[in-house]
Amino acid sequence: MSTSIKSAPAKPKGLLFQDLILKLMHFWGSQGCVLHQPYDTEVGAGTMHPETFLRVLGPAPYRVAYVQPSRRPADGRYGENPNRLYKHFQYQVILKPSPADIQDIYLRSLGSIGIDLREHDIRFEEDNWESPTLGAWGIGWQVLLDGLEITQFTYFQQSGGIDLDPISVEITYGLERICAFLQDVESVYQIRWTADKSYADIRLAEEQQLSEYSFDRSDAKALRSEFELHEKEARELLDGWKNRGETGGGSTKAIQRYPILAAYDHCLKCSHLFNLMDARGVISVTERAALMQRVRTLSCRAAAAYLEQSTGAIPKAGVRA
Amino acid sequence: MTTAKKPAPKATPPKAGRRVELLFEIGAEEIPSAMLPKAIEDLKAILERHLTAENFHQGVAIETFGGPRRLTACVRGLLAKQADVESEVTGPPKSVAYDPSGAPTRAAVSFAERQGVPLHSVYLVHTPKGEYLAAKVVKRGRTAHELLLDILPRVIHDLPWPKTMTWTGLKGARFIRPIRWLVGVLDGKPLKFAFGGLAAGDSTVGHRFLGKPKIQVKSFADYEKKLRANGVIVRQNDRREKIERELASYAKRTGFHVHPDPDLLQLITYLNEFPHVIEGGFDPSFLELPDEILITVMRGHQKYFAVEKRGASRLGASGELAPHFLAVINLNKDSKGHIRAGHERVLRARFADARFFWESDQKTRLGDILPKLEKITYESRLGSYHAKVERMRAIARWLAEQWYNLGMVEAHVADADRAAELAKCDLATEMVREFTELQGVVGGLYARAQGEPEAVADAVYDHYRPVGLDDPIPRNIIGCAVALADKFDSVVGCFSVGVVPTGSSDPYALRRAALGIVKIILDQKLPVSLSLAVSAASRALLAHPPKKQVSPQQEQQVLEFLQERAKFVFKEKSGYAYDEVAAVFRTGADDLVDVEKRLKALKAIRKSRNFEPLAISFKRIRKILEKASVPAGELQSVNPALFEKEAEKNLHVAVRKAAASVGVDKRAGKYQEALEEIAGLRKVVDSFFEEVMVMAEDEAVRKNRLALLSELLREFTTIADFSELGGEA
Repeated sequence: MSTSIKSAPAKPKGLLFQDLILKLMHFWGSQGCVLHQPYDTEVGAGTMHPETFLRVLGPAPYRVAYVQPSRRPADGRYGENPNRLYKHFQYQVILKPSPADIQDIYLRSLGSIGIDLREHDIRFEEDNWESPTLGAWGIGWQVLLDGLEITQFTYFQQSGGIDLDPISVEITYGLERICAFLQDVESVYQIRWTADKSYADIRLAEEQQLSEYSFDRSDAKALRSEFELHEKEARELLDGWKNRGETGGGSTKAIQRYPILAAYDHCLKCSHLFNLMDARGVISVTERAALMQRVRTLSCRAAAAYLEQSTGAIPKAGVRA
Repeated sequence: MTTAKKPAPKATPPKAGRRVELLFEIGAEEIPSAMLPKAIEDLKAILERHLTAENFHQGVAIETFGGPRRLTACVRGLLAKQADVESEVTGPPKSVAYDPSGAPTRAAVSFAERQGVPLHSVYLVHTPKGEYLAAKVVKRGRTAHELLLDILPRVIHDLPWPKTMTWTGLKGARFIRPIRWLVGVLDGKPLKFAFGGLAAGDSTVGHRFLGKPKIQVKSFADYEKKLRANGVIVRQNDRREKIERELASYAKRTGFHVHPDPDLLQLITYLNEFPHVIEGGFDPSFLELPDEILITVMRGHQKYFAVEKRGASRLGASGELAPHFLAVINLNKDSKGHIRAGHERVLRARFADARFFWESDQKTRLGDILPKLEKITYESRLGSYHAKVERMRAIARWLAEQWYNLGMVEAHVADADRAAELAKCDLATEMVREFTELQGVVGGLYARAQGEPEAVADAVYDHYRPVGLDDPIPRNIIGCAVALADKFDSVVGCFSVGVVPTGSSDPYALRRAALGIVKIILDQKLPVSLSLAVSAASRALLAHPPKKQVSPQQEQQVLEFLQERAKFVFKEKSGYAYDEVAAVFRTGADDLVDVEKRLKALKAIRKSRNFEPLAISFKRIRKILEKASVPAGELQSVNPALFEKEAEKNLHVAVRKAAASVGVDKRAGKYQEALEEIAGLRKVVDSFFEEVMVMAEDEAVRKNRLALLSELLREFTTIADFSELGGEA
């Protein structure tokens, strides 16, 4: 695999990786989105960012867009596969409530990054999204551009086990794929990130090392005990929220300061540690379901507590905190 | 019938009897293509139901259409207005309705109000019970306009979908995908019904990129024509024909053949508003990969048609494909070739992945993957696939050994054992992890590439077959052994841990496994005793992990489950009558090939003159014996000395004689001859019943007669129990 940008086409075409992000930021900023930043804890998808997972709960309208580096240890290929990555970048958009012309808006966003819709075959193919560990699911499509999956487009129906009202729409662009397409390169590593730096220059070492770590070197025992520790802390925080009345924590200030968000952070840690154990191949099939259920319990409890804390409403559906 | 009407609120009231057309369209974001064929049928049925319920259905013709962004109905011949119906309603008696002075009372006033008529229009009628107040009431016929405003929202609401969603919130409308526009045009005018916060009107929406977003329409013909001009082919059959035409013209032009794929054609018909076939190519070096893998990548992931050099490629024979594909796009042209280039690029990456999997999988021999199966769970209580393979090997060896001993020389035990050992190894390959639908196929291809005997490789390749009643069974006897071993293990294993299929839930596809067992045995005419095979599977469960004891009750439960499936096959697939199947199964169904022979004979003999009356007699005999409820054992043998009537003696002689030759025929498998012999008893049986009273006073005589009937039944219901056949005794 060539890591040098010299192997890129002689006449560079398409947007630079960073310009692609800038264009999307510009586009969604003009749609009234808060232009946010990636979450600073390891996540498997942009959906896990609190700006999605928690913001879609409750009635308050919200629009947000951000890039989210997403770690999927089992998808790592030591930097040797042209399309598969330990970590990839998602461009995530949440519009709450979902506007009636959202498909048109989305298609215009493709225009804004240089895709002429009259010269390409765009298709919305059924693909309903579900995250068992987040207790979340939605209805929607994968968007195909000339047969290439470029976007996941989902009307969220539930998050954290709670029925959503109003409905948010989530648009998740796969940035590497889109950029490789725009630049007409065969490998994500050939993507020109800037005029003189390739994706490989910036990320290859990380792919090599993190693949090696998660497949061959991670300490399975340590991962497991870290999982237990984070789970315990999340659970204790959530228990504390549930029992706050008994401990005199019922003042407005005490409620506002109660660290539900920290409980959710620990839940995210558990999710990532689960993924690491999975990549290391130390989870049996039966245990797999049980561990996922444990993470799901935490995320559902965190969602319910967040909703109660932020709106004062005790959610009807879903798991109570 | 019509009488004076109230002035209609609208300018010109529709004349009764006039017929009008409705155009109805639900515009939605992309509806999953696989659901559209049924939705189109449902839309028609639901419209019909609502129109029928309102008595608006006579003379009406409904056509429905669908595509990714719309469901459309054209309803012709709707009555513009139903006829008014006039009737007389009686109210209070005269004495209550008028006071002594002859003035109307409050009762009269309120009667008139209730009926909605002016007080001066009420009148008295003579009835047998006296004079009563009455009013002429006209039930105004509803107009189609009124009716449709009312029912069209309900039609949308009633459309059934596998899974619905809301796009606004919990109180919002539900549908398969968000509804974005509604069209209603009745008799050329907009019909403004409402659903889910949307108001219908007379404008529709064209193709996303080929049409205008707002198109006014006056009728269905206008709608279809204007949409065509705006990049939408409304009729699904027109879209399908367009695709077929373009595929055929490609084949004609190039001399290649398009790999036939009716399922893909169907899917694509409903995936596009304006389908257009474009060609693409790929590097011929990818043709080194097996055709099955290339086709799976092309059709499953990319929905491309594969192209064959000669046509009629058979599975398992590689090298039939040409380095081309046909993609169907939702546009009228690919003017700059960008779309072709994009599809080729995606396919290149997919093929490169497949080649990578193929090459990296080849580094390990299939047999060496076996230990990895320990990490893949089949069912939590039944253990890993490794354990399943051990059990499958035991069952496959047992089957092959039996067959070999019966003279089936190709049933090599060692081959069956090896094929069972390798059968599941591909589950741990990269290729199957990526293309799960190729399980079995990949293992077979790898086995062949790694020099396993052809019979073994083919058996691995085929052992998931048949996946349906129309799917072929494994092509060789080793494949049949492995497929049966796999399926018997699944059914017996799952039943032993309480995983039994219920109406809606069958997660381990046990029904399909059982059907597979039945089909393999019948199609290949294999000598398999179901009960012995179930026992063999039980022994395997005990000898190998999870070392589980299967109870006799569970074995019985499995047998009944298998026999139910077999009955289903005989009835639904082979077309035997319900009572024929019941009659044959009642006399044993352990050997399904034998069952089929008996069924065939029974069906043939059934048409003969003597047969149905004899069947009725058998039914009668069974009833007599049941009613007499003589304890078994007391009717050991018939004593000719106790016969009183000639008919008894004759029957006894005939039974003994027939029993002997029926026995010979049966052993020779000549069921039809045997049944003919039995049918020949009709005359003696009939005269027995004419002359003999079975339930005689004398106990010894009675018991002897019952013994004779019992013997008759015992001797002649071993092929089929005729008392199960239709008709009353």
